[in-house]
Amino acid sequence: MTRFRLTFLTEAVGILAAAAAVLAAPHLVAAQDVKNVTIAYLSQVVERPPKLSNLDLPPQDEGSQGGVLAIKDNNTTGSFLKQHFELVEESVAADGDPIAAFEALAAQGIRFVILNVPAKTLLQIADLPSARDVLLFNAGAPDDSLRNEDCRANVLHLMPSRAMLSDGLAQYLIKKRWREWFVVVGRRESDRLFAEAIRRSAKRFGGKIVEEKTWDYGPDVRRTAQAEVPAFTQGVDADLILVADEIGEFGEYLVYRTWQPILVVGTQGLSPTSWHRTHEQWGAAQLQSRFEKMTGRRMTPLDYHVWGPIRAIGEAATRTNSTDFDKIVAYLKGPDFELAGFKGQKLTIRPWNGQLRQPILLAAPKALVSVSPQDGFLHEHSLLDTLGYDEQESRCRDYR
Amino acid sequence: MKPWVLSIGLVAGLGWAAAPAQALTVYVSNEKDNSISVIDGDSLEVTATVPVGQRPRGIALSHDGSLLYICASDDDHVEVLDLATMKIIGTLPSGPDPELFILHPSGNPLYVANEDDNLVTVVDVEKGSVLAEVPVGVEPEGMGLSPDGKVLVNTSETTNMAHFIDTDTYEITSNVLVDSRPRFAEFTSDGKQVWVTSEIGGTISVIDSDTREIIHKIEFEIPGVRPEAIQPVGVRVNKAGTLAFVALGPSNRIAVVDAKTFEVKKYLLVGQRVWQLAFSPDESLLFTTNGVSNDISVIDVEKLRVIKSIPVGRFPWGVVAKD
Repeated sequence: MTRFRLTFLTEAVGILAAAAAVLAAPHLVAAQDVKNVTIAYLSQVVERPPKLSNLDLPPQDEGSQGGVLAIKDNNTTGSFLKQHFELVEESVAADGDPIAAFEALAAQGIRFVILNVPAKTLLQIADLPSARDVLLFNAGAPDDSLRNEDCRANVLHLMPSRAMLSDGLAQYLIKKRWREWFVVVGRRESDRLFAEAIRRSAKRFGGKIVEEKTWDYGPDVRRTAQAEVPAFTQGVDADLILVADEIGEFGEYLVYRTWQPILVVGTQGLSPTSWHRTHEQWGAAQLQSRFEKMTGRRMTPLDYHVWGPIRAIGEAATRTNSTDFDKIVAYLKGPDFELAGFKGQKLTIRPWNGQLRQPILLAAPKALVSVSPQDGFLHEHSLLDTLGYDEQESRCRDYR
Repeated sequence: MKPWVLSIGLVAGLGWAAAPAQALTVYVSNEKDNSISVIDGDSLEVTATVPVGQRPRGIALSHDGSLLYICASDDDHVEVLDLATMKIIGTLPSGPDPELFILHPSGNPLYVANEDDNLVTVVDVEKGSVLAEVPVGVEPEGMGLSPDGKVLVNTSETTNMAHFIDTDTYEITSNVLVDSRPRFAEFTSDGKQVWVTSEIGGTISVIDSDTREIIHKIEFEIPGVRPEAIQPVGVRVNKAGTLAFVALGPSNRIAVVDAKTFEVKKYLLVGQRVWQLAFSPDESLLFTTNGVSNDISVIDVEKLRVIKSIPVGRFPWGVVAKD
């Protein structure tokens, strides 16, 4: 178990001191007047199966750097309000004990915890007695069950669910009149869940799944794909292949190798995502460039999923002019909360399950293709509620 | 109202360089084309396109009207365009990623918002030197200056505050919390109010510049347009303090506001994703930059009607007009 304690007060003071020749900064206040908010980021590095595409290994500090940037931003704003934010990072090994790690954080009195753990672990933590007075942010589990029957009053989801991602993609496919889908599902549970989301989207928006097949050729077909993929895809007449391969075992190898010339979309090819390096609209270019300047690398969806909760807490502390836990939670779960998430509109939280409403980016590897919701998909309250589980169909009972 | 001279052949034949000294000329920065479009105010046609530095956004005229200052955001400096020769004659230090700036009423210094570095940089335009750097909130953008030049207001998009800065001491004297993503600050000509637009919040906060309190929040509602698309960015209040024009981004509308009662009088349909605004010096015309449709809309201020769209370069951002 490793631990990093990241504090930026010294840095902030440094910046101000550098400008002191021309400045007397009234907002630079004595440290003892400053109210502190500590936020933890707890992640468990689950063992990653060998990837077919081992070209883009995830950075070691993926996720945590999103947190570092958000803490920096919060502290710049906090300097005007005598608020200071601190990030405590806990990283648990694949065979480690995330429950014990959480208990240790809670024992320190930390009441905001961002979790990048599998859905099952998240539920175990949320149901601990020590988590009763803690607000948890899901930054790692896209599972729709967590937004439905397994929702919890102490869990917010600022990252999109699989249904939101799948709906975002499906709206675009329908808009393009590419209605006939050949669904190819990987051999993992996460792939089955993504395929389930695709089936739901097809029903909602009028897609037709003309064929569904499971890819179970094992993890490495890079030498044999040219022989395997044509045979696997032969005899299916569809507008496109919709692939469900969340860890990237085989999806990339379908492209250009199919029996017929056919588009590949889904977890590979044109993919729905919360964040992408090609996203630059609505001020996103600024966030991307600040992140890149700080880290020397591009911001990933996981970085964005950790950035979001910290900014949300910062925003609540600013608006309530308070660092009080109950006030911040009430604000986050109340009707006035809105997050400026660089998506061209305010992002708000669904009051029925704690899920952040958000546009979904549709990205090819080096080009942003579109952003959903697509024009023409209507909703009586918010167009963003055309993505994911709407209030009427929600099976969440325990959030409110 | 000026009568329009639409003898295009004649105007095109003369070109911008030969235009009479008092002719209205409009300059537009094209963020993605790295250029400035020059529009003749009589013909309302583009007469020249001048290549400049990378990602030009905010632009401002020198007080004698001879120079155009250009934020070349990706070059991390301000360029100085000589409007007589249409050549870049120099650069000014600006700090990194300059986005928007404002010139002191005396013509010097220039106050620059550095979006990436949470700073306002004060630049002496004659000496070409940095006088001060003022740390502000995250993603500073909007810059307003009181008519007497004593109070600078900077808005920070992620911190969501209007920072009031004393231009003698460079101290922040007040921080006023406004709605999400404040983009622009405009003092009324009497110096009594500051109008701050909030792009994501969808409002304008009218701040009393003495008490530093928000005295009114203007909200917008356009039939048939979803509220999320109403995103106020640029705002201009006329010199008489009677009318204000607000650019509402992807709703493709300009709101016309009674600046006394704060009531919205009218919405004018312009090009797509309208951001920045500039009056002609006599305030008979208002020009809007429409970033997605790559054009400028021209509004007749008296009739409150859009009279023309002028195609310019890609992603028009800043606009100024001079006689």
